[in-house]
Amino acid sequence: MAKQVMTIDPKIDPRTGEFAVITPGQSFRSVTEKIAGVVLKGETHAAWFSGALFAASVAAMFITAVTWLFIKGVGIWGITMPGAWGFAIINFVWWIGIGHAGTLISAILLLFKQGWRNSINRFAEAMTIFAVVCAGMFPLLHVGRPWLGYWLFPYPNTMGLWPQFRSPLAWDVFAVSTYASISLVFWYIGMIPDLGTLRDRAKLPFAKWFYGLLALGWRGSTRHWMRYETASILLAGLSTPLVLSVHSVISFDFAVAALAGWHTTIFPPYFVAGAIYSGFAMVLTLAIPIRKFYHMEDLVTERHLDNMAKVMLGTGLIVAYGYFMELFMSWYSASHWEFFMMWNRMFGPMGWAYWMLILTNIAIPLTTLWSRKLRVNVVYLFVLSIIVNVGMWFERFVIVVTSLYREYLPSSWGTYRATRWDYMTFIGTWGLFAFLFLLFVRLLPMIPMSEIRMMLPQTRVDRGGPDAETVIEETV
Amino acid sequence: MPVREGTYGLLAEFDTPGALVRATEAAREAGYRRMDCYTPYPIEECAVALEFHKNRVPLLTLVGGLMGLITAFLMETWMSVWSYPMNIAGRPLFSWPAFVVPAYEWTILFAGFSAAIGMIALNGMPQLYHPVFNAPNFRDGASTDKFFLCLEADDPRFTPEGTRAFLETQGPISVVEVNH
Repeated sequence: MAKQVMTIDPKIDPRTGEFAVITPGQSFRSVTEKIAGVVLKGETHAAWFSGALFAASVAAMFITAVTWLFIKGVGIWGITMPGAWGFAIINFVWWIGIGHAGTLISAILLLFKQGWRNSINRFAEAMTIFAVVCAGMFPLLHVGRPWLGYWLFPYPNTMGLWPQFRSPLAWDVFAVSTYASISLVFWYIGMIPDLGTLRDRAKLPFAKWFYGLLALGWRGSTRHWMRYETASILLAGLSTPLVLSVHSVISFDFAVAALAGWHTTIFPPYFVAGAIYSGFAMVLTLAIPIRKFYHMEDLVTERHLDNMAKVMLGTGLIVAYGYFMELFMSWYSASHWEFFMMWNRMFGPMGWAYWMLILTNIAIPLTTLWSRKLRVNVVYLFVLSIIVNVGMWFERFVIVVTSLYREYLPSSWGTYRATRWDYMTFIGTWGLFAFLFLLFVRLLPMIPMSEIRMMLPQTRVDRGGPDAETVIEETV
Repeated sequence: MPVREGTYGLLAEFDTPGALVRATEAAREAGYRRMDCYTPYPIEECAVALEFHKNRVPLLTLVGGLMGLITAFLMETWMSVWSYPMNIAGRPLFSWPAFVVPAYEWTILFAGFSAAIGMIALNGMPQLYHPVFNAPNFRDGASTDKFFLCLEADDPRFTPEGTRAFLETQGPISVVEVNH
């Protein structure tokens, strides 16, 4: 049965029985022109403009909410005692988790020589950077006086003050700022050869100047390429422990606190797996419409969707294990508070959030992703990716809110209710993210051209011999 | 300071990576040393043919990483122990396990910046002008689908006629002279 499918479907590689990473029949020039064409095309599609306009108006809502926040202070948010960490921290953890898939794709899958990642790594990295931008807003706004946000960094000042390095919140500053910087550097370094291609192919003088400056004079010299490859692999090697540390450090913000529901050792791995889970969901949310809109189905094939869905299945199972362990430990710890926290989480006034999380993160994805048919069904995957992102948001909501609002002393119990300003700030960051992403797909090559060229069969170097040239002809 | 006028070298254009690698190996055997390949993606075999085996990016990255580690750890220690000692829940002033996390992050930060900036600096970038860009066929090909070998004029074996004749034997699409 499987054999038959292999011979009929041209998208399936007959040697492996898997979907081909790149549809056969591409040349160096065709892939270059396809990817560069999106950027260098003279006119912009009306759909792009309407999308950008819509995203910008949603982002304007963010600016409105933040302006009011600057005038009135964080009192306009729903945070209060005991729920002092509300939407701001939930959204921070959610956004930064989304970013993790970009680094996983660009760094960890590069180290594991997963060639299929080449098609999706550039926009996954862009997604990382824009997600970190959105994430960074929330702790900054949450400090209350964001204009003094630089106090978080160790800089010599007349007050004679230094950060308090025993606090996970100070670690967070280091982890997130390093993550943002290294992601940006990795993204830019990876783009230099492609910027050179854009410079050489641009027609407009301004485009030549713009991409020429950004390309730093890249000319594809072999000596440059070798240093470039070394630097890329080193950056991948450095980003790998970095990305694992970032969400671990964020989980320390919770785990170091002596609060039932937060104080557990499983948090670092469970946060990292959850981050990758939600990040791959977001990559799918972005990749599916983009590949359709820009006709990139030859370069982002069913293989990519299938593989990303498999990563989601794997990380989703780790997340499910995390939920189960939390449940188990609340009983096994024999701690009255742990037990109450879990009971309250599941059956308390906000129990609906816990069951939402179980439904969207576990019940729907982890039962259906086993089916290959569904893993390559773009409509299903798109809907599922949104479901998982909703679920991951609820996970953070459950962790932050349901642990806080009924803590040790019943006399200090309260509740948490987000205000319209919370919602406006959160939804506004979606607009900001979408707007930045639309700018990126219009102005920069969304698929790394040089890495796609390396995946074509024409790259085979022949050592001469009588039939060497015919082999090349055949593979072309 | 090298002479910045006259001929920079002869630039041969090839259609396949195999042809370029074979030409580079032949040039090496013919005694040419000052040459470079220009390709739209990295080709390891070219580096082997050019005998460019090692580069100093890893060393710079290591040095950068160690500097980041030491800087962050000493900074935290000095700030927490001497400059601004604070009793946090009775922990010792020199509570080094807590200092590990920022030191770890700065190790990666400094190493990553060293790798990136080191690579750019060792490549002599940014260098917006280079003689090979003067070749009429370079821009359309070198960053898209053509493979170039440039034998440079300051190589002792270089003669305009002899080198051109040598390159013609390698089956190029074209051989053009590149001026400074």
